[in-house]
Amino acid sequence: MLHNSKLALTFHSLFVVFLLAPLVVVMLVAFTPNGYISYPTNGFSLRWFVAIFEYPAFIRAFWNSLYLGVAAASISALLAVPAALAIVRYSFRGRDALVGLFLSPLMIPHVVLGVAFLSFFSQIGIYGSFWALIAAHVIIVMPYTMRLVMASVFGMDRSAEKAALSLGASQWTMFRRITIPMILPGVAGGWILAFTTSFDELSMTIFVASPSTTTLPVQMYNHIAHTVDPLIASVSTVLIVLTVLFMVLLDRLYGIDKVLIGKG
Amino acid sequence: MTELTSSLSPSMSRTRTINPVPWLLSAPGAIFFLALLGMPLIMTLILSFNSFDYSIGIVSSFGLENYYEVLRDSYFHEIFLRTYSISIAVVILCIIIGVPEAYILSRMRNPWRSLFLVVTLAPLLISVVVRTLGWVLLIGGNGLLGKFLEAIGIAESSAGNLMYTHTGVILALVHVLVPLMVISVWAALQKLDPAVEHAGLSLGASHGTVFRRVVIPQILPGILSGSLIVFALSASAFATPAIIGGRRLKVAATAAYDEYLNTMNWPMGAAIAIVLLVANVVVVMSYNRMMERRFRRTLG
Repeated sequence: MLHNSKLALTFHSLFVVFLLAPLVVVMLVAFTPNGYISYPTNGFSLRWFVAIFEYPAFIRAFWNSLYLGVAAASISALLAVPAALAIVRYSFRGRDALVGLFLSPLMIPHVVLGVAFLSFFSQIGIYGSFWALIAAHVIIVMPYTMRLVMASVFGMDRSAEKAALSLGASQWTMFRRITIPMILPGVAGGWILAFTTSFDELSMTIFVASPSTTTLPVQMYNHIAHTVDPLIASVSTVLIVLTVLFMVLLDRLYGIDKVLIGKG
Repeated sequence: MTELTSSLSPSMSRTRTINPVPWLLSAPGAIFFLALLGMPLIMTLILSFNSFDYSIGIVSSFGLENYYEVLRDSYFHEIFLRTYSISIAVVILCIIIGVPEAYILSRMRNPWRSLFLVVTLAPLLISVVVRTLGWVLLIGGNGLLGKFLEAIGIAESSAGNLMYTHTGVILALVHVLVPLMVISVWAALQKLDPAVEHAGLSLGASHGTVFRRVVIPQILPGILSGSLIVFALSASAFATPAIIGGRRLKVAATAAYDEYLNTMNWPMGAAIAIVLLVANVVVVMSYNRMMERRFRRTLG
């Protein structure tokens, strides 16, 4: 067994401090009793958490982001499952190009996508609608869904499908009762990754979101660009806590390293 | 991207006649992508050839003036130079920090290993805006860094104010992107056979030599793909440079944003975006080529 030296462990501790310090600082500032950015040295207060409810813009943006994430992830899964089946199971002309097409948003800077969607949506007159925002998000989350669904279709044992067919099941029954349940973990992992990507997306959304369809990251960015106050720290703290809860749930259900390393 | 395609098995049904099934299955996604990704990109390309007049607005003409300006003007030179020098600095720092950390993690025992792996990966799921806000609070005018520097007597507290500086932007970007480097190197380390390391040690090599001569060469692909991801993402980063760099330190992404939403010079913004896109694609493609050639050589 190889061991880490003292030096290595010191390096590791500094790394962990570096990684967590900004998050800890945000969470500390959120509890300040003062009206300005400061550490809660003179007592803890929840006033800035209460204050969130006096700013309906944040609440509305949160729900927008939630609906948007669910819609984009679900539509991308609906498009990805049949496409992944076609790509993995058939060899046909243009298959590589199709894979390239579906994964291409990974190569395109999000700002470029934002610029492109802004011109396109305003040209065809749907700029500012929630549907336009959903469509844009489907494009950016598709590579993540696609990769995980393709991996699960690729890794699937097809003998169960053959057995179902030889026992007289129709293609549709086989798909519904055998194929879908067997690739479900991959589809669910892709959906989760798509949802979190959509929920946190800022660089593209900032071009496409209108005041009525503002998402949480855009709302937070606009707030920070204007002023940095304890309110934004408390909103961030709520977000950090929700993310950690989500992560614990994800780890229990799925194994978090599996989902995230799939992302890299 | 290429890894996945090349690992796909050749199909089971290999008929000579054209089978419509795969086309029908992939049609919804393909049509969606061609309409909603292809059209906007083509439109942006066309827009970048148009010109802009401050009194009339967008003039649909065809010319290369915007590209001339982006590639010739010293103002844009500075922006692109800044963007890529920041990205290179971020990549180097991510290698210096991320590679040893991934190695240390891989030598830990459970439960510590899983715990710290989650600690390293968790920030990836937390919004970039939140993580950048943390840095604003740390390195801002009245931040903790300044107070810390003053307390230990190294410098005055104003030295801790890194807002609107290159150092500040680089620091925050490293924080945002280093987990991706750790993941990438971690994945490469999983394929490493510890017996080779033991052999090196038993033959009298020091830990440093083993790391340099045995471990590094084997995880090089992981380091390279990590560097590629980190480079591409920091070159196109928006939130962190916008919040920490502000107006004073514009990078390509924030410059495109300003042209679009403040100056309203869409053709110029489109030209900046196309240059950024082409640069990104060239870097990714040449990297893929390089890796393919490397693979071919090692496979004989």
